[in-house]
Amino acid sequence: MRARARALGDALVVLALAAYAIPFFWQLLTSFKPEAELLRVPPLLPSRLTLAHYQVVVSQSLMPRALGNSLGIATLTTLLSLTAGVPAAYAVARLPLPGKRLLLLAIVASTAFPQIATVSPLYLLMRALELRDTWAGLILVHASFALPLTIWLLAGFVREIPIEAEEAASVDGAGLVSMFRWVLIPLLAPGLASTALLTFLFSWNEFLFAYTFTVSEASRTIPVALALFPGVFEVPWGDIAAASMLASLPPVVIVIALQRFLVRGLVAGAVKE
Amino acid sequence: MTGREAAARRRALVCVAPTVVALGALTVYPGVWVLWLSLQRRIPIFDISRFAGFENYAFLAVDPRFWSAARTTAVFTLGSVALEVVLGVAAALAIRAQERGRRVALSLLLLAWAMPAVVGAKLFEWLYHPAAGLINVALGRHAVNWLGDPSVALPAVILADVWRTMPFVAILCYARLLAIPADVYEAAQVDGAGRIATLTRITLPLLGRILLLAVLFRTLDALRAFDIMFVLTGGGPAGTTETLTVYAYRALFQTLQLGFGSAVSVVVFALVMAVAWAYLRLLRVGTVAA
Repeated sequence: MRARARALGDALVVLALAAYAIPFFWQLLTSFKPEAELLRVPPLLPSRLTLAHYQVVVSQSLMPRALGNSLGIATLTTLLSLTAGVPAAYAVARLPLPGKRLLLLAIVASTAFPQIATVSPLYLLMRALELRDTWAGLILVHASFALPLTIWLLAGFVREIPIEAEEAASVDGAGLVSMFRWVLIPLLAPGLASTALLTFLFSWNEFLFAYTFTVSEASRTIPVALALFPGVFEVPWGDIAAASMLASLPPVVIVIALQRFLVRGLVAGAVKE
Repeated sequence: MTGREAAARRRALVCVAPTVVALGALTVYPGVWVLWLSLQRRIPIFDISRFAGFENYAFLAVDPRFWSAARTTAVFTLGSVALEVVLGVAAALAIRAQERGRRVALSLLLLAWAMPAVVGAKLFEWLYHPAAGLINVALGRHAVNWLGDPSVALPAVILADVWRTMPFVAILCYARLLAIPADVYEAAQVDGAGRIATLTRITLPLLGRILLLAVLFRTLDALRAFDIMFVLTGGGPAGTTETLTVYAYRALFQTLQLGFGSAVSVVVFALVMAVAWAYLRLLRVGTVAA
């Protein structure tokens, strides 16, 4: 009897959260609905499912290009911010760094930094350096914006590694680079994965900078393309729904397949002192 | 200093050099530059560029649109964070109580959080559709124009934001709940504490600190929120959902007043830093007391 009540309770929680996710599922359903049935609700369920909206989005919109831009920009942002972040986190966690307190303070302060505060000077800077509407411009801005959180998370993960491993490496006379390559990075792998996921998601989802610094399809990312999704005479709800689903594909995959790393990263960011 | 120590310090400096250069060039330098910009009258299309002292700030003090945006920002932040805390704690407790199916529950929960805010805005734009939106259909065709009616637009935007960000609060609380040792609850049971007493006397106090942190992060995010209202309503109808960040953005890039817009962004900047500082003090006091 008790076991049954438990199972019922567990099912209820899942059901309640499925209801919470209805906005997403409703859009998913909309993306497969025939055009003529979109504005005729009820009935809630369509008479048949169609791929027409996805065909329009893939063949007639700028979404495929934007998907490519977003994948490239988010991946390179992640790589760049990890490349700068791993050594910095190591120095913060392990080495006698002069001015460490000041750097830590700057890192904490910059996680509170509102993007709107630097968007106008960055716009002038991007224009002066001719980085507007390029991948490079957005990658630099995204990576520098993600860097404080990257260092914060990684420094926490470095502290969890037993220090003996590094000491053994330094006794062996290994240089800094080979110590990173052969000792630190393998031990840091799960933490690196968590940090990489959060950085990737930040860059994939980021809108304000991307909207301001991109001009054309050469560098427009997914959120920008979606926000600017064109409608000629009326709003193409079905096409927008299909485009939204494409834009949420990597986040959904991350949530389902890499949940453990994602949650670990999220929690570490808040709990580490 | 021994040679070994000096070498370690040199290593440390080499390790942080790229970070210091990047943050210096792309965060600190623009952060100072924006202060300078805010003291100028700069409208590129009219070729106006001159030093204006505190003119922009003096104008803000008597600018009704600025004060309206400030009020909207305050209502948005308070409403959104309060709802998130209540729902987030409830969701965390529910998932903690589950024996099986936690992974599925967490996936469903995190879905909303992980997707771009622009997607969130598009989902809700469709839900709020006056004729075919799921919400009006569920309400029995009351035909509320959620995003077009000034009296309900802000609550509608808040709801969309809460949907997307509540999972963050829930995850932090959930992780804290997992860390509470089972014998705490066993002891409470032995002492004959009921469910409600266990919740209010044990669980909620233990959540206190992580909740404060979650509230800090969420307040900072809500104060600088931009995507959701920019895409959902563009600040309308009649400016009722225009927050300070949206106002700053429109001044900067729609009316191209680089000086004035920068002044509004500096206000957002100062506001966020003041709130962060106040919270951190509160947290520190909390640690000493606990």
